[in-house]
Amino acid sequence: MEPFRRVAGVAAPLDRPNVDTDQIIPKQFLKRIERTGYGPFLFYDWRFRGDGVTENPDFELNREPWRHPPILLAGRNFGSGSSREHAVWALMDYGVRAVIAPSFGDIFFSNALQNGLLPVRLPEAVLSRWMDAAREEPGLEAVVDLEAGAVDFAGERQPIDLDPEARRRLLEGLDAIALTLRHSADIDAYEARRSSWLPVTGGAGR
Amino acid sequence: MAETLFEKIWRRHAVCEDAGSTVLYVDLHLVHEVTSPQAFEGLRLAGRGVRRPDLTVATMDHNVPTTDRSLPVADPIARQQMDTLLANCRDFGIACYGLGDPRQGIVHIIGPELGLTQPGMTIVCGDSHTSTHGAFGALAFGIGTSEVEHALATQTLVQRRPRTMEVRVDGRLGLGVGPKDVILAIIGRIGVDGAVGHVIEYTGEVIRGLSMEGRMTVCNMSIEAGARAGMIAPDDTTAAYIKGRPAAPSGTAWEQAVADWASLRSDPGASYDRTVVVDGGAIIPHVSWGTNPAQVAPVTGAVPDPEQWDNPSDRQAVQRALEYMGLRPGTRLDQVAIDRVFIGSCTNSRIEDLRAAAEVARGRRVAPTVHAMVVPGSVQVKRQAEAEGLDAVFRDAGFEWREPGCSMCLGMNPDILAEGERCASTSNRNFEGRQGKGGRTHLVSPPMAAAAAIAGHLVDVRSFDAERAGIA
Repeated sequence: MEPFRRVAGVAAPLDRPNVDTDQIIPKQFLKRIERTGYGPFLFYDWRFRGDGVTENPDFELNREPWRHPPILLAGRNFGSGSSREHAVWALMDYGVRAVIAPSFGDIFFSNALQNGLLPVRLPEAVLSRWMDAAREEPGLEAVVDLEAGAVDFAGERQPIDLDPEARRRLLEGLDAIALTLRHSADIDAYEARRSSWLPVTGGAGR
Repeated sequence: MAETLFEKIWRRHAVCEDAGSTVLYVDLHLVHEVTSPQAFEGLRLAGRGVRRPDLTVATMDHNVPTTDRSLPVADPIARQQMDTLLANCRDFGIACYGLGDPRQGIVHIIGPELGLTQPGMTIVCGDSHTSTHGAFGALAFGIGTSEVEHALATQTLVQRRPRTMEVRVDGRLGLGVGPKDVILAIIGRIGVDGAVGHVIEYTGEVIRGLSMEGRMTVCNMSIEAGARAGMIAPDDTTAAYIKGRPAAPSGTAWEQAVADWASLRSDPGASYDRTVVVDGGAIIPHVSWGTNPAQVAPVTGAVPDPEQWDNPSDRQAVQRALEYMGLRPGTRLDQVAIDRVFIGSCTNSRIEDLRAAAEVARGRRVAPTVHAMVVPGSVQVKRQAEAEGLDAVFRDAGFEWREPGCSMCLGMNPDILAEGERCASTSNRNFEGRQGKGGRTHLVSPPMAAAAAIAGHLVDVRSFDAERAGIA
C-alpha cells in the first residue's frame, strides 16, 4: 500500500450529501480486471455530457483550479452504497489523496484505508465553512498532515480523528495481510475449536 | 452480562485482538466476478494461496446476460471477467457455479438456497448487499476487494467493532403491505446514513411474522440506511427453511445445530446503542420519488416540495433529485406514468416475491406503453417458478421471463434503461444512472411493480386488488 504522510495542495469543494459510489465510478467501468486506469471515468456521468466526451462546465471538478485536486471537501455520507473498491481506485488514479467529509459510507472508509487514500471526518459546520472558503478563494491550499495529526485550511487547524493503528498502517504503508498472518497460530487454534456442523462448500478441503 | 445477538456472534468469532481491532473469523466467503479479479491477482503477486477454499464459493451474477444461455456472452469485457473468475477458481480450488450450472444465481440468493447461510455464522462478500444473510441470524457484511483478498488469504478480517441499533417493528402489517414497504419506510425514517457505523437488529411482532424471504428483503436493504449489517434472531421459521437443504447439517449434527441456534438471541436486558420503534400497522405501500432510497413516500402521497428542507445543501439535493427524476412537487405519486418494470434483484427475486407479483398479474395484461420483465434470482428459483406455472402467468400477461442474474438492478449487463425512461423496480437503489444513464427508478415491492406494469403508472396495489375483487 502507498503510505500516506502529508499532502498539501488545492482543496476542491463537492458540496452535496450522500455521494454514492455509483456516481464516483459508474457500473460500466467495473468490468476491468485491473486495479488501475479508472481515473478517466471518475464521476463520469457528472463530468461529461451524454456523449461521454463533452465536459459539463457546471461540475466542480471541471473548473480550474479544481481539476485533479489532491484534496476533496465533500458532503456527509460520502462513498455510500456499493462496496466497489473501484471508487477508491478511481479517486486515487485521478489524483485525489485525501477526502474530508462529515461522514463516510462504512465500506468506502475501510476501502480507502486499505489503499492509502485518507478519509478525514470533520464536523459538518467545519466543512460548511471550508466549502465557503474554497469557493471564495478557489486556489486555496490545504495541508493534510497525518504525521502531525491535523489538517490546516483557511487559517484553521482541525485534528484528524483516526484510530492509532489505522494511522500507523497508513504512515508506514503496511501490508494488512502480512500483519494478520502474524496471527496464524491463533487462527489455527480457532479453526480447531469451530463447531463441527458448520457448513462447507464444494471447494477443495483442507 | 446480557448480550445482544450481534455481540454473541462477534465474541464467538474473535480469533484475537490486534491493537484495538478484532481479528474476526469468516465462516463463509461468497465470491463473484466483479469484485474478485484484483484480489486473486494480489494473491498471485504475493505468492499467497486461499486458506479455506472449502469455506469459499463463487458464482456469476453481476454481468451475466439474462437472455438465451445457449448463446455466447456478447460483451467481450464481461466475458473476460467471467472467464477470469473460472480460471481463478480452478487455480485456487474454489467451487464456482457459472453459467449453465443449476446452482448459478445471484450470490445472495444462492447462499441461503444451498443451505450455506446458517444462524450464528460470519459471512462476507465483495458486495454491499451481503447484509441479506443476516436474515438467518448471521453477521453478514459487504467488503471491498482488498478485504476479499484478505479473507481469501487468511479466512479472517480485521475489524473495529461497530455499534448496535435495534429497529423494532411493532403491530401487524395491513393487507397489501409487505417486507419491502417495511424496509423502505424504515430507511425513509432514519435516512440513508441513519445507521452508519451500526449493525441493526430487527425485532418486533412484524419481523417475527415474516417468512425467510421477507426477512431477507428487509436485511438486504440495511446497507441503504448505511448499516454495516442487519440481522434477525433465528427461530422455528429459520430452522424450517434450512432443514434438508444441501449444505444443512443432518442427523445428530442437525440436533446440535438447532440447540445452538436457540441461544442466538439478544438476552433480556441487553442494551443497544440506539433503538428505533416503528408502528407496523401504520405502514402504507411505499414508493421512492428521488435518487436515494430514503427519498420515499407512501404511494398515497405526492412528490414533496424541496422548500420543506431547511438545510440549503439538503434542499439543493432534493431539487437535483426531482430534476433528475423529471418530477414536479405536488404531483400525486399514483399518477406517475412508467415505461418499464423490473421484477428481480437480490432484494426481491425469490420464489415468494415472484408468487406475490404473479398473483397481481394473473389474468391481466401489461399496459401497452410498458415493457416489463421478470428476472428470477437463481436457476433454482426459476425452475420452481416454472414448476408452479408462474412463468406462464407472467408471459400470458405480457411480461418477459428471463434467465437469472443481477440484471437491471445495476445494469452491468445489457439490461438497462434508456435515457429518460421511468421504471418501477423491485431492486434496492434508485441512484442516478443506476439502471442506465439518465434512467429514472422508482423502488417498489413486487406486487406494486406488477400492478404498475398493468396500470401503466404507479398505483396503490391495495386499491388495485380491491378493484379486481369488485369485478369478480
